[in-house]
Amino acid sequence: MSRLDVKKTYKLYVGGAFPRSESGRTFVVEDAKGRFLANASLASRKDARDAVKAARSAFGGWSSRTAYNRGQVVYRIAEVLEGRREQFEAELRATEGITAAKARTYVDASVDRLVWYAGWADKLAQVVGGANPVAGPYFNHSTPEPTGVVAVVAPRGPLLGLVSVVAPVITTGNTCVVIASEEHPLTAITLAEVMATSDVPGGVVNVLTGKRAEIAPWLASHADVNALDLTGVDDPELATSVEQAAAGTLKRVRRPAEEDLLAPPPLDRMTDFLETKTVWHPMGI
Amino acid sequence: MKFEYAPAPESRAIVDIASSYGLFVDGAFTSGSGSSFKTINPATEEVLAEVAEADAADVDRAVKAARRAYTRVWSRMSGAERGKYLFRIARIIAERSRELAVLESIDNGKPIKESRDVDIPTAAAHFFYYAGWADKLEYALPGNGHSGADPQPLGVAAQVIPWNFPFLMLAWKIAPALATGNTVVLKPAETTPLTALLFAEICQQADLPPGVVNIVTGAGETGRALVEHPDVDKVAFTGSTDVGRAIARSVAGSRKKVTLELGGKAANIVFDDAPVDQAVEGIVNGIFFNQGHVCCAGSRLLVQESVAEEVVERLKRRMATLRVGDPLDKNTDVGAINSAEQLQRIRELAEIGDAEGAERWTEPCELPDHGFWFAPTIFTGVSQAHRIAREEIFGPVLSILTFRTPQEAVAKANNTPYGLSAGIWSDKGSRILWVANQLRAGVVWANTFNRFDPASPFGGYQESGYGREGGRHGLEGYIK
Repeated sequence: MSRLDVKKTYKLYVGGAFPRSESGRTFVVEDAKGRFLANASLASRKDARDAVKAARSAFGGWSSRTAYNRGQVVYRIAEVLEGRREQFEAELRATEGITAAKARTYVDASVDRLVWYAGWADKLAQVVGGANPVAGPYFNHSTPEPTGVVAVVAPRGPLLGLVSVVAPVITTGNTCVVIASEEHPLTAITLAEVMATSDVPGGVVNVLTGKRAEIAPWLASHADVNALDLTGVDDPELATSVEQAAAGTLKRVRRPAEEDLLAPPPLDRMTDFLETKTVWHPMGI
Repeated sequence: MKFEYAPAPESRAIVDIASSYGLFVDGAFTSGSGSSFKTINPATEEVLAEVAEADAADVDRAVKAARRAYTRVWSRMSGAERGKYLFRIARIIAERSRELAVLESIDNGKPIKESRDVDIPTAAAHFFYYAGWADKLEYALPGNGHSGADPQPLGVAAQVIPWNFPFLMLAWKIAPALATGNTVVLKPAETTPLTALLFAEICQQADLPPGVVNIVTGAGETGRALVEHPDVDKVAFTGSTDVGRAIARSVAGSRKKVTLELGGKAANIVFDDAPVDQAVEGIVNGIFFNQGHVCCAGSRLLVQESVAEEVVERLKRRMATLRVGDPLDKNTDVGAINSAEQLQRIRELAEIGDAEGAERWTEPCELPDHGFWFAPTIFTGVSQAHRIAREEIFGPVLSILTFRTPQEAVAKANNTPYGLSAGIWSDKGSRILWVANQLRAGVVWANTFNRFDPASPFGGYQESGYGREGGRHGLEGYIK
């Protein structure tokens, strides 16, 4: 007699826990051939606000970790992801209908992307910061600092896409609220399980599944969000309207742009969400 | 007040020392064609193992293996993949950290507290740090070098390291070399070869391609054969200024790129507004950390005249609580002097201090019957002309001088052919920065001392050597 599978309930990832949407809503996710896969949680405005609260309360602790420690944690995500690669390859094939070879490429690239960012944690300051030779007897030094809570609209690719937008944001000490790929939300929640077991403190990464057009405007106008990454917004009108909403609190906005996710990422994936702090101090007897 | 402590020895059971060791060449342990030497535990004089002494033929074999690995494997590998090997090594060092720490303390004589909390974790961090640079070199040094292209490796690096921080110095040498795409032949010091040989095993566990790291053991002759080998592209040396000079002379006219990290006679300057308790801790850490076997040790204390008496009084009181003895005891602050030869040198210089008229004070403590020991000692009434104010003692001996003005402090601090490090103790920020600006030293610590971090460049001015290790700057010495 064959054994019946135990199926996973896909929920949100907020504050290190996996709650259902407070709205009680779900939406149907189908595989590449249009067959039912699962009911994903349909996040609401309230879920988004809860996620921002979780991200804000995690910011103090995460941003004050040493850069070295954050690098180790990001490296740990890579280690755990590598260990679960078969699960991800299977999920990518089922949800996106891609070949085994392609699925392997995406998992490889995702692990390697995390390793790449892990190395950046304690190096970026030496590349984008430094001493400023001012014309006077002053010690003057600039260092990059995280901007705060970043709301991210992830691109369609559920694994490499999500890793490519989340890793640069958290490596430098920000925390984030991510709207997962609307088309392929399930892998995002599985990736959240990886983060939940990788020494990433709860609240540093929060993942919402649901409709971009429904949630993004609330995050864009939320007064406790510092920046917006619109990489996954493919509707130009939506992009413009959320950018306008973000202007209310002068959020830093990264606009959507064509990007080959398999290519080495540009540094501005990190620097777009950094502030520069310059310290002056007199020199004299 | 004297506190009594029960012994708290760290177990030796975690280490397994073989009776004899060969060389690590081309990914395997091989016997040397030369003779052998003994490495001993300086705290007990017990012989730990017989170690092969590599001769010129052995060195040649190692350089050839490194060249092969460079040409066929390592220089062709992507930076990301090289980085992954280094991450693996960093993780294995962390996993085997207790074993490395105990072995280091047994072979070197340093307190377990230090090998466990400083040497080994910092070494693991160093590999982790440089692992991350391997695929980012174009950001570190854009358009570096003569070709204007992205940074290119040099080839085979000959690396010779000292006995004071055997494993940490290995990490400082090997991590940046490998990250930039070079292969290495490394010679550990003859009194402390064991953790380097354990590192060879770690390379095997990490599946590092054969020949990328080669370890040749031996003394000065082995080092000379390595440095002078014609197929070496880079020489990295940490050790005495005299040997550094000899190396600089021997590579003159060749195309070998050289970095040298040599001796020091650091000034540790205490101003009258310094937080005194904190300064006293810093003075103790500056000169008695690692038995004073530290090239950047704060071996010249310059204290402002108005507070000199108080500082010296408090320093003596603090020194009286230092626990000298068994390196494997977790309470030990000061361990064994690394070798009979070094002990002899420390004794000689201290006697010269007496003869030249400085006043010696030594911590009253009992020293073990066997092994090499020198109790923490300070000299007051030292003048700039005294040899103990000019020469590197490389032991737990502090020379104390006084000054009246910041200008005088700076003049005295800079009155040395060295220039590795310096310390400043003051509550006034602008003064700290002014003094730091005036000092001719590669590392200046303010209200702290002996801080090391993989992200922070380290290295000296003048006769303390050239080139920097650590940080983005540490990559430069390994790139065309």
